[in-house]
Order: sequence, then structure tokens, then C-alpha cells
Amino acid sequence: MSIGFGKQKDLAALEGRHVSLDGALTILSFVLLLIIVVIPVFMIVYHAFFYQGHFNPELFKTQLLDPKNLGAMWNTVKIAFFVTVFGTIMGVFYAWLLGRSDIPAKGLMRALFSIPYMFPPFLGAMAWKLLLGGRAGYLNKWLWATFGFRMNINSVWGIVFVEISYYFPFVFMQVVSALERMDPTLEECARIAGARQMTVIRKITLPLVLPAISAGALLILITSLAHFGVPSILGFSQGIFTLPTRIFDAIQSAEGSFEGIRQGAALSIMLVVVVSLALIVQKHVLSSGSYDIIKGKSMRPTLIKLRASKLPLLVLSILTLLLIVVVPLVMIFLVALVNGYGNALIPANFTLNNYISVFKAAGTFDSIKNSLFASVVAGIVCMSLGTLIAYVVQKIRPRGKGLLEILSVLPYSIPGTVLAVGVILAWSGSLGVSLYNTIWIIIVAYLARYLSFSMKSSSAALLQVHSSLEEAARTCGASHTESLKDITLPLIRPAMVAGFFLIFLPAMREVTTSILLYGPFTRTLGVQIYAMQDAGSMSEAAALGSVAIVLIFICDTIVKYITKDRKGV
Amino acid sequence: MGKIVFKDISFSYGKNVILKNFNLEVEDGQILCLVGPSGCGKTTLVRCLLGLNKPDTGEIWVGDTCLFSAEKRINVPVERRNIGIVFQDYAVWPHMTVAENVLYPLKKRRVPKDEAFKRAHHALEQVKMVEYANHLPSQLSGGQQQRVAIARALVGDGEVIVMDEPITNLDAKLREQMLLEIREIQRNLGTTIFYITHDQQSALQLCDKMAIMEQDGTLCQLGTDEDIILRPTNRFTFEFIGVSNFIPVVASGAGLGLDAGDSVVPWEGELPAGLSLSAGVELGVRPNDIVFDPESPIKVKVNRCTFLGSEYDYRVTLGTRELRVQQSALDAMQRGTVKAGETTGVRLVNPRYYPAKKEAQSA
Amino acid sequence: MDQVVLRNVTKRFTTKTLGDIVAVDNFNLSVHEGECFSFLGPSGCGKSTTLRMIAGFEDLSEGEIELCGRPVSVKSKNLYVPPEERGLGMVFQAFAVWPHMNVFENVAFPLRIQGMNKMDVNKKVAEALKHTSLTGLEKVYPGDLSGGQQQRIALARAIVTQPKVMLLDEPLSNLDPKLRESMRFEIKELQAKFNFTIIFVTHDQSEAMAISDRMMVCDMGKIMQIDTPENLYNKPVNRFVHSFLGESTFLNVSVRDGKVFADGDAEQALNLAIPPEAAERMVVATRPNAIELTGGEDGYVTHVAKRIFLTDRTEYLIPVGSQTLKVQTPHRVSFSEGEKCCVRLVNPMWYPAEDEAAEKERARRQTI
Repeated sequence: MSIGFGKQKDLAALEGRHVSLDGALTILSFVLLLIIVVIPVFMIVYHAFFYQGHFNPELFKTQLLDPKNLGAMWNTVKIAFFVTVFGTIMGVFYAWLLGRSDIPAKGLMRALFSIPYMFPPFLGAMAWKLLLGGRAGYLNKWLWATFGFRMNINSVWGIVFVEISYYFPFVFMQVVSALERMDPTLEECARIAGARQMTVIRKITLPLVLPAISAGALLILITSLAHFGVPSILGFSQGIFTLPTRIFDAIQSAEGSFEGIRQGAALSIMLVVVVSLALIVQKHVLSSGSYDIIKGKSMRPTLIKLRASKLPLLVLSILTLLLIVVVPLVMIFLVALVNGYGNALIPANFTLNNYISVFKAAGTFDSIKNSLFASVVAGIVCMSLGTLIAYVVQKIRPRGKGLLEILSVLPYSIPGTVLAVGVILAWSGSLGVSLYNTIWIIIVAYLARYLSFSMKSSSAALLQVHSSLEEAARTCGASHTESLKDITLPLIRPAMVAGFFLIFLPAMREVTTSILLYGPFTRTLGVQIYAMQDAGSMSEAAALGSVAIVLIFICDTIVKYITKDRKGV
Repeated sequence: MGKIVFKDISFSYGKNVILKNFNLEVEDGQILCLVGPSGCGKTTLVRCLLGLNKPDTGEIWVGDTCLFSAEKRINVPVERRNIGIVFQDYAVWPHMTVAENVLYPLKKRRVPKDEAFKRAHHALEQVKMVEYANHLPSQLSGGQQQRVAIARALVGDGEVIVMDEPITNLDAKLREQMLLEIREIQRNLGTTIFYITHDQQSALQLCDKMAIMEQDGTLCQLGTDEDIILRPTNRFTFEFIGVSNFIPVVASGAGLGLDAGDSVVPWEGELPAGLSLSAGVELGVRPNDIVFDPESPIKVKVNRCTFLGSEYDYRVTLGTRELRVQQSALDAMQRGTVKAGETTGVRLVNPRYYPAKKEAQSA
Repeated sequence: MDQVVLRNVTKRFTTKTLGDIVAVDNFNLSVHEGECFSFLGPSGCGKSTTLRMIAGFEDLSEGEIELCGRPVSVKSKNLYVPPEERGLGMVFQAFAVWPHMNVFENVAFPLRIQGMNKMDVNKKVAEALKHTSLTGLEKVYPGDLSGGQQQRIALARAIVTQPKVMLLDEPLSNLDPKLRESMRFEIKELQAKFNFTIIFVTHDQSEAMAISDRMMVCDMGKIMQIDTPENLYNKPVNRFVHSFLGESTFLNVSVRDGKVFADGDAEQALNLAIPPEAAERMVVATRPNAIELTGGEDGYVTHVAKRIFLTDRTEYLIPVGSQTLKVQTPHRVSFSEGEKCCVRLVNPMWYPAEDEAAEKERARRQTI
């Protein structure tokens, strides 16, 4: 069936309507993208360079040359660089171990790897602060008493350490998948040609997984550059800033005045430039593109026997994993249970008072409620929007579909902080609509932030729905609308459900976006935890944090269960 | 009743003219196989019949109903044409059970529930899938999914079913079986079947009539399998089915001769009416119609001899022309084979004569 | 000297789904120098496992393997020469051409591993590319080439070290039919030129017969028959080999009073010579194109029940007693349905009557 392009137009013309269903959907898509994506981005650029209608680069210049901002820019790049490099090395190491060697306990390690994906890094930062934050940190106290030295987690290296522990799975996932599914004859061929095992790894296996490594590394890079949570918790007290935290600082210090937000806009431009430059550099340094190395035949690749090094490697791997993944989580629970921060972590000191006071505190229940509401609404709306746009781009294929695609995916590479600033500038009254201090401004920011997720997952699902399935329905007597309802929609429903959770889960636990947009009554869960630890109520912050962990874990499990047995396309 | 008429159908896609004034009639209650190389326009024709493409000119009739007429501005929408279709990829809906798949056309045409169940059951009986009624397509094999697609096409009260390469994705054994089953179903129901394929073999086995379509979208020959095989009316048909050799025919003395490239071999034959040497004539002969005969004056040199089991495949040269010769196992057993490097004589049995192609090509 | 020798080679597997199976059961074979030897059989017969043992990717449960007179796998001594030291050339079904290297680098790889100097590498690669018609494509990457060209790269890479023995594992299965034929011919030419010994694994009987000097037909881990293609086709040793190598019709017959009667016709005898060890019930096997079909009386007289036109031949279904004989002839031999005719079996093979257990086991193995 080669003549598919434009046939939908044929069908529409055949139906003889003036404004076809397809046309309406296309227009709607453009309008919605305009409101959600284009306007906030435009406002940032405008307010950074224009003042009261005239071009005025003064502000931008001042911001650019401010040593505090230059320092923040430098920190952002430095941290992201080290996190990417070390995170990649660690990810590749574990991918190798699990994908190609005969190390035992692979199931256990894989389960441990999924934990960083579930929890927001700022909780980890909080936990490490409890352990190694200055004199009061529990681990520091023990180290001082035993060895006579302390470690300082409130430092650039501290930030790097915590971020690595949350981002290395990005590389791990990509590389282990490539290693496991690689066609084994590619390596067998090299051995027949005379190459020994190590040479095969060096000359064949590694180059072939390079695209997977590169993809994972890119993900780490972008995420770190845009990250707010860890640098804010570990950096503020020492005056260490990155661009995202600097933007927050500028807006906060100016106490919501317009001047502060303009500063934020200028800084946002700087951040976006940094991200773009990083992307360009990465593209040149590591080749992108993928090789077709995955084969259909279910032959397992030959596992390398570790022999003598098996036990040491196993111990090393598990210990490292426990240290960076399990220890922080456990810490949070322990501190939540202890009757006072700083007291010994022994059962005698355990109490539930922290939990009681947390739930008595003003705003806790509200924050949970707000997060749930915002995440559910954002999830549903994003899912519908993403599906709508994916359908328009793939099936209707109007002129300008390239533009639709770009606009819907653009926010993915824009830092959450920047999107928040843009949303503030757009919807705080300057255009006639003011959502400021309402939950809706947070929701609108979520829409912009997560639209690309649902767009991608719906796109993938729609690709599986062959046009012949819809055509078969038409020939059976279904009109265009009926075939959409009876065939297309049910087939992509599983992907849409998955898409919903793809947005609901991150939105529930995020803090980067809502920290800039919350008002007195619209705190989110993330903001509430952050505010508590910022005010010094460590025990209560830990208590709420532990509740968040349990909540996230339950939601994740439910999602896994629901999306497991899906029989879709 | 279920007679299909394509009249003067033209269709272009951009600058490509795919169909130009195409005419074809499919008799009621017949299986007509439309065969042609990939890209010749068969699928386009089917889509015009279904209403998924709109032709530029012409008319399409099924029975007494005009489905399309460019002149009279008639264009019945897809969902009202009531033509069953079986696609190459089956297009069985994965989220519905077998029964739901087969009931769908009846649901859309608002057939009352009782009657719908009866007809669905009957259709599933035809394809021997009754016990799978509550299965999901993912639980079925390719062949079973194809049967469901066929049942779904049968279940409407339409008089015409179109099948577009329905068995191409099945393995060889299953293909044979499905062909027999399709034949049997058609015999039972008397539906008109319009069967599109590039696979000549299946078409030959299945059809009542066969239509050969050329690359440029024109109809070459329409006839029974016997007509196509034994009496190909033109060169394309002859060349399209199976393998063929061509040798240019020239004048030699008072009679004819075969142009062997470096010489002319005398040939005892007669040109049929309508062909003249001046316009260029070529002799067409099938590889298994070239028989080794040491007594024959036409001498060839054997370059390659490959044993293929049921026959021996030879590459020989007549002068400088390469010919393919096929010797059946029976012949090899009775009269022996010829080794590579030897020279021997051949007889050309059952030759045909066709106008020479513009760019002189040998097989 | 025989290039590849297998002595009592056996391989057992413990599979999750089917328990213990003997994938290769006591294989004994010798491949002569310069020979093209095929391993032929259905999936699960043991041919791929045997090839992998020869290549060194699998160890043996029993037996030994010698390459060019040197033992490379000896179970009793637990001796296994690793694949990289066996000096073989190998071509895989999915080509296994490295996508991150261009054509030159792919073909040069085995030479570079040996530490050859640059000039010699260039010379040998150029030669290998010439023999596989890839000259001029040195700098191109495999992703930009067709399947046939990628297969040639794999071939060039295999021959560039001029190995004595080449292993080809279903190398043509991923190519379209026309290409398969021309590649088959190219491989034969290369073999003639360089005197390689080739082991060719395939499940396609016509391909094996076209390319081999000798073939081994195996089934369920056992060798059925080793011989030339013609002998295997014309004188198969059992029913399996007969039906695997081409189309077969099996007639159940009874031998009485020195005459052969097909089941369902107790009056007209088939005019066949009866082998000395024939039992009372036997199976006569024949092939559709080894049957003479005439209009006379010299043979078994019957009629044409059905005529089917195939693209290059006509197929007739002809009743013999209660069974049906399939006969294929060129189109020019023309009979109508219902017309009287006469058949004569030219090369019948006699086999003992049915064996059901074997069928069941074969089906079981297909699922592996």
C-alpha cells in the first residue's frame, strides 16, 4: 500500500464537508501549541531584551557580566561535565557487568538500579546533608570521632556526587540494552578472523555500543545542566550557585517584583545558550546515529567468564549500589523517626511525633492535595494533547506538520526553571490573563514541560496502528469518525494510559518548576518538603520526605501492575 | 449481480500516470486474478474500487449499482460500497476477539442481533474458525488470522470480495492450503472474487480467469489459465510467466535464419501473419522446450550444467548468444546429460514468434 | 589430506523446555581437500551445532575434530583450540559485517590482527575485493550497500587470509532468489580458483544440490546419508531423505504372485521389477518428473483427474488405485482432464512400510 500520503485528504474531500474533522483538529493543535509553548518562550526572549516596548540590552549585559552570574554559569558547566563523565563511566561499567559477564545477583542489582529512577534527586541531597552536612551530619560525627576528619557534602563535589548517583542509570539502561541485544555473530566473526577476546571488545563491541553510550551521556548532560534540586539544597548555604538556582535566587530576592523576573529572563537566556552549546559540542565529540546491530534471532551473546575477579567485583558492585542508592533512603526514614535531629539513631529515641507535627502543620495536607490535583490534571490534559498532536502529525499530515513536531518537542530541551519563568511572564497579567498564585499557573507550566513525553509515546503507539486497520473498518461500513472511535482510539489507549503515568509520576515529585510558581495556598508536595528543610526543621522535612517516598513507591507499583498485561497493538 | 465493470479508469499521482483508460470486466460468480509486476497499478485499481482513491475519469459498476462516475459526479463513500476486502497484512483488529471482528461489519450496517450472530457463525464455519470465536488475534497464527479476515469479508451481504495479496505472508505449505480453501468457499457461496497478486503460481492455481497487467498499467491479456500458458497472445504475457529465451529471426537465403550473433543458423519455420522481418522478429522458446539432439544442425556449446534435482539447468551458447536450457530428470535418465565444455545439437520445440523489443535483449 | 575430520562427535544439551537431547549423535565424516561439502537438514537436525563445534564456539560431549591433520577439539583430553587460532574463514547468514568500519577496514581486519605490514595488507585486500567484485567501494560503509554487496564483503573478508577451510552458515538465505543463484556461482568460482575446502550449511535442498560435490543429510542429530547430490536424489537410502530432497509420491503397494499391486487396484499390476528382499507390504517412492506420461498402453493405464498449470511445467494428478500420483511435464505434453493416459515409473525406490515414531520426534525437535 504505497499510496498513503494525502489519502486522508482524499477521504475528506470525498465526504464533501467544508471544514473537515481533520482540518479542525489541525487548527486546534496549532492554537494549543501557540498558547502552551510559543507564548512563554517568546515572553522570555522579549523581556530579556526589550523594556517598555524598546530594545534595551542593558539588563542582559549587566546580568551577563555580573561575577555572581558568571560564577554560577561556570559551576553549572563544571558540575554537568563531571557528572556526565563519571556517570557515564559508572553506567558503562555496570552495563558491562550485567550485560556481558557471568556475575551473579543480576536481578538484585537491576532492582536496585530502578530506585534512582523513582525518586527525585533532591530527596537524595537532603539525605546526604543529614549524613555529611557539616558538624551535625551523622556520618561526619562518626568519622570525626573515629578518624578525626569530616567530609563536606555542601560543596561542588558533593553536588557532583549526589547527581551521579541519580543519573548514571540513564547510561546503564541504554548500554545494557544494546549489549544484550547485539547480534553475537558480529563478535564471533572477529574471533574467527583471529582476534582474541580483549581485542574483540576493544575493536568491535565498544565501538558498536558507542551510540548507546552517547545517547545516555547526552541525557545526563541535559538533565544536570537544568537541575535545580541538588544544587539548591547543597549549595545555597555555601553561596554556591548554578544558573537554575541563581534564577530562583534572583526572583526570590527581588520578592516577586518585575525587576527580579526580568533578571530571571536574562539568566534564562544564558542557561538556554549554555545548554545549546553543550548539545552542539556533544554532537561533534560523540557521533550520534545508531547501528543496526539488533537481530531477531534469540541467540544469547557469549558471557565473559570472570573467574577470579568474580567475587571482588560482586562485592564492590553491591556495596557501591547499597551506598549510593539504599543508604540515603534509609537515612530519611531514620531521621524521621528520631525524636530530635542530632540525637543518636537508636530505637530508644524513635518516636512518631515528627509525623504528627508534620501532618498538623499548615499546608501539608494542602500540598499533597495540590500535587495530586496538578499532576492528575496535567497528566490527563497532556495525554490528550499529546495524542491529538501525534495524530495530526502522523495521520493527517498537513502542511506545517514539521513545525508542529518541533514545537511540541522543543520544551524537552528547555530547563524547567526557564519554562517556569516564561509561564510567569506570560500568564501573570501582562497578556490580560492572570493565573499567578493559583494552581493553574503550575498546571500550565507542567503542560509545557511534559507535553513532549506524551507526544513521543502516543507517536510510537500510532505508528503501530497501520492505516490498513482503519481502512478495513471503513470498508466494513464505518465512517471516518466511527473508525477513529472503534479502532484507532482503543488501540492507542494502553499507550495513552502509560503516557498519563509518564507525566503523573514525575509531576507528583518535582520541585524545580513549582518552586518558582507556588503561592501561599498552592504549595506542592516537593515545595513543602523543600521549605521545611530550608527552614531547618530537618526532622519534619525527613518525615514528610519519607511519606513522599512511600507514596511514590505505591504509585509506581500500581502503575507497573496496570501497564504490565496490556494487550494492545 | 456481482459483476464488476471498470470503464476507462484513469488515475495519476502527481506527475505519474498509473492507470490510463483501464477497462476490465469481472464476471459474476467468478474468481478473477489480476497479476502484474510490483508497481504496475493493481493496488491502485483496488483502492479505486473500494473508494479509497478517486479516479480522474471513468466509471465503476458493481452489478446494477454505479459506484463511481466522473461524468455524472457519482462517488459512493467507502462505507457504503459494501465490498469485502482481505488485505495483505490481514488487518484483523487486535483489540477485538475473532467474533467481534467478524460481527463488526454487521454492527455497522445495523443488522439485528440474532441475524448477525447467525451470519457470523456461518462465515466462521466457512473458514473453520468457529471454535476460536472468543480468541484474540494475538493468540492465533498467521494462517488463522487470515481466515478471520476472510470470514469478515464474507459476512456482509456484498456480492464482491477483493483479496489483495492475501497469502503472500504465509509459508509455502500454508499457501497451498489456503488457495484450496478459498476455492472451496467461493464454490459454496458463489461470490465474485477479485484477487490481486504478483505471484503467478497462486494465480494460475486459483483463477477461473486471469488478467495480466503490464508495468505501465495496461491490460495485456485476459483469459483462462490454459489460454495464458498455452496461447499467450503477446510478448509481455509470454515473458512474464516463467523464464523465456529470445533469438532474433532474420532472413537467410530463401527462408528464415536465427541470428546467433557471429553467424546465422538456418531455421525451418514460418512466421505467423502480421509479423514482418523488416520490423524485427524474435523467436521465443521456453528452457524446457529446448531438447538435446546430437542429430540437429543447430549446435550449441554447454558452458554450465547445474543439477537442481527435478531438472538439470544448463547455460549454453548458440554462437555468441546465451540460452537457458532445462532438461527434466526423466530426460536425463533416459538419454543422459551433457557435460560443461561439450558441444551438441538442440531442437527448439514449440517456438513462438513475437515482435522484437526496442532494446534487443536476450533472456 | 582430508581437511576436516570428525570422529565419533557427539553433543548433548540440557534444554529448559525439553530436557536432555542429543543434538549431534556420533558423527563421522571426512571432507576432502578442495571439496564443497554441504550439511543439509531441517532445523533441529544438528547441522548448525556441528558447524559451531568445527569453528570452536562449542565444546564436544564426545569425540574429536581435526582440521588439516591437526586436532582442534578433543574431548578426552579436554583440548580446545580457540576459534581465533583455527585459521578458518567463515560467512554467516546475517552477513555480520561490522557497520562501524568501511569495506576496506572490514576486509583488512583479519590481516591487521596478524600484524601484517601496510603494503601487504593493501595488496591482499585489493585482490580479495577484485575477486568479489567490490573494487572501488573501499571507503563505503556497509549500511549504504545492498544485501548482496554486504554478503560479498563477508566473503571477501573470509577469503582474504586464504584459509584452507571455509565455513558458510546459511550464507544465501537472506538474499532474494536471483541473487542467490549468482552468488552461488561466484562462490563456486572462487572455490575453483583458490582450491578452498568449503563446508556449507543449509536447509534448502535445491541450493545444497546445486553447489555441492558431496552432501550429508541429517535428521534429529543422526546422519542419514552422505553422497553426491545425484546419488542422494536418485538413490535415497530412506523415506526421509527421499522426501527431503525433492518432491515425492509414496505409493503403498502389495507384492503378490510376483506382481506389484497398488492399494485400491487389485487387477492391473504396476510393471515394476521387484527387489529381492521385498516384503509383502512395501512403499514405492517416485518423483513427479521421473514418470513417463504417454497416451499409449505401455504402462499403467489410467486417466488424468486434474490438471494444474505451474509457471514452467504442467502438473497432473493421476489416480493409481486409491492413491494419487503427481506427474510433472513440460507444457507441451498436454492432456485434458478426464483424458485416458498411461504412466510408467522410471526410477522407483522401495522402502519398508510406515514409521510413525520418527515423525513425532521430528516434530518435537522443530520447537527447539
